[in-house]
Amino acid sequence: MKSILSGQQISITIRRLAHQILENETDTSGTVLIGLQPRGVFLSDRIVEAMHQEFPGINVTYGKLDITFYRDDVRKALHIANETDIPFSVEGKKVVLIDDVLYKGRTIRAALDALLAFGRPAKVELCVLIDRRFSREFPIQPNYVGKSIDSIVSQKVRVFWNEKDGKDEVALLEE
Amino acid sequence: MQLSTRHLLGIKDLTAGDISLILQTAEQFKEVLQRPVKKVPSLRDIVVVNLFFENSTRTRISFELAEKRLSADTVNFTASASSVSKGETLLDTVNNILSMKVDMVVMRHSASGAPHFLAQHIPAAIINAGDGINEHPTQGLLDAFSIREKLGALEGKKVAIIGDIMHSRVAQSNIYLLKKMGAEVTVCGPPTLIPRHIEEAFGINVSYDLKETLQWCDVANVLRIQLERQNQVLFSSLREYNLAYGISRSLLDSLHKEIVIMHPGPINRGVELDSDVADSKQSIILQQVENGVAVRMAVLYLLANRNN
Repeated sequence: MKSILSGQQISITIRRLAHQILENETDTSGTVLIGLQPRGVFLSDRIVEAMHQEFPGINVTYGKLDITFYRDDVRKALHIANETDIPFSVEGKKVVLIDDVLYKGRTIRAALDALLAFGRPAKVELCVLIDRRFSREFPIQPNYVGKSIDSIVSQKVRVFWNEKDGKDEVALLEE
Repeated sequence: MQLSTRHLLGIKDLTAGDISLILQTAEQFKEVLQRPVKKVPSLRDIVVVNLFFENSTRTRISFELAEKRLSADTVNFTASASSVSKGETLLDTVNNILSMKVDMVVMRHSASGAPHFLAQHIPAAIINAGDGINEHPTQGLLDAFSIREKLGALEGKKVAIIGDIMHSRVAQSNIYLLKKMGAEVTVCGPPTLIPRHIEEAFGINVSYDLKETLQWCDVANVLRIQLERQNQVLFSSLREYNLAYGISRSLLDSLHKEIVIMHPGPINRGVELDSDVADSKQSIILQQVENGVAVRMAVLYLLANRNN
């Protein structure tokens, strides 16, 4: 197991991502953040927390999206659905999708499909903590990246979160 | 994690884990039904045939909506408008339909065991939508979902099932399910409508006293008097039944607590339930119907996955 990001690096990176998202849109009224279930939500929770810390009083519209029912491998393996919580319309808004690792791009493809059930967004952007470059199966690229890495198919990227796994760390596992 | 069974023939065959998985998945589908676009593409490659050999309003519409919300293709079949009236057997009818490449069969039949018979002879997944006086598993599941939603849990809850226990597939599915999930069950009704030795067979209580039962329970699931399945006189008149076992406003008001009223429908107003009870705030009858779509979506989704 090779460590890619330490706990301290993760916290600095998250603050940078929060700044970068706000840098493009200082008026947040037209922007919504949506974390992808299950593990993208740990990152989106932290980004929203960082935004509130850095800019007290800021108004952030934030939801959680589960894409299980939109997967293209529904018949291959059973995935347990998690909670979706989007109590607002995304009609005409700029949506920033947030996930922990971008790999083949299939999750994001499903998320784009799922998002349309909540309205027609003006624009959709993607924010990820880890971008596994050169491994995409769909034409999808992130707008905000914590760290880009080169990895091969037999390797696995694991993001540990304190809330769930007892520590913050990103590691590369060899199969 | 997946269901332990390929078909949903009855709650009897499910494990507690299966039931939890279905209820948990149904919760997510209930959220899907609140969205502006209430449809997901999960079953877009699946064809479902709804075979109704017996009349139905709620169950049939509910299944059809559930299938459409999952993007499945649906075909409907009604016995009276089909070749069944020309003498075709059940197996021939179903095999002919399946040769047109159907993946799942939702079936209601007046003969107990009809879906079990089909399951042994055809490759498609079968969902029992009510067979004779045996089981109505999706009703049992949606009742459990509604109780859990209202009271937060099933374990330790006291549920009374009141009325025609003898002829009720809803009662049987509810009893199996509630016992598997750790709830306490009392059945209550006139002695002629309660099968003998049901206490020992299911590990439940039997009471012939309506007020005592209502006083004991958290939830009263009131059943319809099934006149179409009774071929002998089991009580003297509907009016007498209403006086002894009908639930009225004044009876509910005389209890020390507020209980939840459920009914699988269709209601015989003024027989087992008075109108001012059926339409009161204590009643979750319409929520049961709403939850039915989400629960059936969960069953279809989980079985479609299991059958690949």
